[in-house]
Amino acid sequence: MPSSQDNKPTNRSRRRFLADTLRSAVGVGLVSMTLGVYQRQAIALPSTAIRPPGAGDEEQFQGACIRCGLCVRDCPFDTLKLAELGDAVALGTPYFTARDVPCEMCDDIPCIKACPTSALDHDLTDIDKSRMGLAVVVDQEACIAFKGLRCEVCFNVCPIRSKAISLNYQHNERSGKHALFIPVVHSDACTGCGKCEKACILDEAAIKVFPIALAKGVLGQHYRLGWEQKKQAGESLVSPDVPHEYNLPEGMRYDHAGEGLIQEQATAPENLAPPFSDNPLDTLNRKGGL
Amino acid sequence: MEKGQFPGAEAVKVNGWFKANRFLLLRRVSQVSLLALFLAGPWLGYWIVKGNMASSLTLDVLPLTDPLVFLQAILTGNPPVQAGIIGAAVVFIFYFLVGGRVYCSWVCPINIITDTANWLRRKLKLKGGTTFSRQSRYWLLLAILILALLTGNIVWELVNPVSMVYRGLIFGMGMAWGIVIAIFLLDLLVAHNAWCGHLCPVGAFYSLIGKFSVLRISAVNRQACDDCLDCFAVCPESRVIKPALKGADQKIGPVILSGQCNNCARCIDVCAKDVFSFSTRFSNQLPESKESSNQREVMS
Ligand code: SF4
Ligand code: SF4
Ligand code: SF4
Ligand code: SF4
Repeated sequence: MPSSQDNKPTNRSRRRFLADTLRSAVGVGLVSMTLGVYQRQAIALPSTAIRPPGAGDEEQFQGACIRCGLCVRDCPFDTLKLAELGDAVALGTPYFTARDVPCEMCDDIPCIKACPTSALDHDLTDIDKSRMGLAVVVDQEACIAFKGLRCEVCFNVCPIRSKAISLNYQHNERSGKHALFIPVVHSDACTGCGKCEKACILDEAAIKVFPIALAKGVLGQHYRLGWEQKKQAGESLVSPDVPHEYNLPEGMRYDHAGEGLIQEQATAPENLAPPFSDNPLDTLNRKGGL
Repeated sequence: MEKGQFPGAEAVKVNGWFKANRFLLLRRVSQVSLLALFLAGPWLGYWIVKGNMASSLTLDVLPLTDPLVFLQAILTGNPPVQAGIIGAAVVFIFYFLVGGRVYCSWVCPINIITDTANWLRRKLKLKGGTTFSRQSRYWLLLAILILALLTGNIVWELVNPVSMVYRGLIFGMGMAWGIVIAIFLLDLLVAHNAWCGHLCPVGAFYSLIGKFSVLRISAVNRQACDDCLDCFAVCPESRVIKPALKGADQKIGPVILSGQCNNCARCIDVCAKDVFSFSTRFSNQLPESKESSNQREVMS
């Protein structure tokens, strides 16, 4: 560009326009980058925040929820609330804290009906099939059931009692004659409603509901459990299924219920041939190997 | 405007205080009563409207959904269900009819804050500050839409001050008061009209609807203008007035067609000569005979 024209008003205004545009572009670029990074953090749901029934995984949920609070309004138990600025949960999204107010698992699920988006799955009509979270007996040292005391409060308040939580009877080693009534949660039935956490009689609950992503382990896809494969196939898949044979010196056998290695009673101990011959070659060449 | 007078002083003298502030008052009534409708439920137990500006349900039948957040949800790949779609369509059609940025001047709570900051700026005669492009808001709008598309998350709603304040008032503010104060200070000290006129992508979105919307402000009576510049002083987007008010010579019609116009009608309020009035975009014909004869008179 010839320098003689630099001071022409059109050039000056064009330059200003370019500078302004550049400034906007750079500013907006920086803001977008910051927002992009921030949303990576916002996607992490704190362990105490449970989403309403029908919410998918956190990424899907945050992409769909427009933060209108209609679910909050239609919850008859004031379970849900919208995250405020400063909360650890993504701004404006609905959640509940089980220890404060758990979900009462309404039969008609009004929160889902109220939702104007696909944030809450409108195909979910059976509340028992919802998976808001998963209860975990996180502290077996504090849970009084493990100390041999009768509690079972979590078991009794569970809306799907005996399917979502069952009691597992175990021998009480300490007293020697009583049973422990251990609460065990089953992920195939637990909805994560949080009533057990709310009801836990400890100062800090020993059973807690966590978002599924935190609470649930996933077995590698390639695992095949032999006993299940066997049941499916109707027969053993490792053939032939021969009884195990021990290779023992004559006059001895192995039986675990009889506490292991047993000498046949027929032979008196003093008449018993020593297990190993005096000639080491005999031992080496013994039929059946070592 | 005479020296030392506030913009609109002449109109107050000529038309009386009430008439010279009637649209400003109406707008405040509109903004406050909309908020009151939302608050009547949680505060008083009258559930006329549930939800917030993002999406609401009125009298258990009428769904309303903000079209911008609706658009973002679509871009993330999570389209809203029927109620949301109907709601967004209703709101879109409404603003298409009455003017996109009617949202800004008649509904948005931030507008009260930024108007106050601007008023104080005029009172305290604060001038200057940084300058940056008024186009920034469109860039920002584009950026938040791209972010929604790329991340699959409605990223803008994590920080959007507009919805944050509205939702905050209804559901609990948390630390959102800090944002209110920040925007107030931004507009007062950093740049004139910084938020609504330069940055807010929500306003930018509604101004795009406004580009095509029906109800418009028109300088129908522009030959009566006595160049007091009061309208320019109060207009939040003052550039939009010039072509309509001063464009007679260039054969530009009197209707303010720019989507950036808020339809706040403050210009109608402050004009002592009653130059402006509400009109539609379809009545933008040059009243040839009358105006050209006027011009001929002036020229001769
Ligand atoms: S199922 Fe009922 S109690 Fe639970 S969150 Fe929904 S409305 Fe509230
Ligand atoms: S009703 Fe749906 S979109 Fe609205 S806040 Fe609740 S989950 Fe989000
Ligand atoms: S969260 Fe607790 S109470 Fe609720 S279903 Fe699961 S085990 Fe039962
Ligand atoms: S520009 Fe944004 S903040 Fe300002 S009034 Fe419009 S929507 Fe509200």
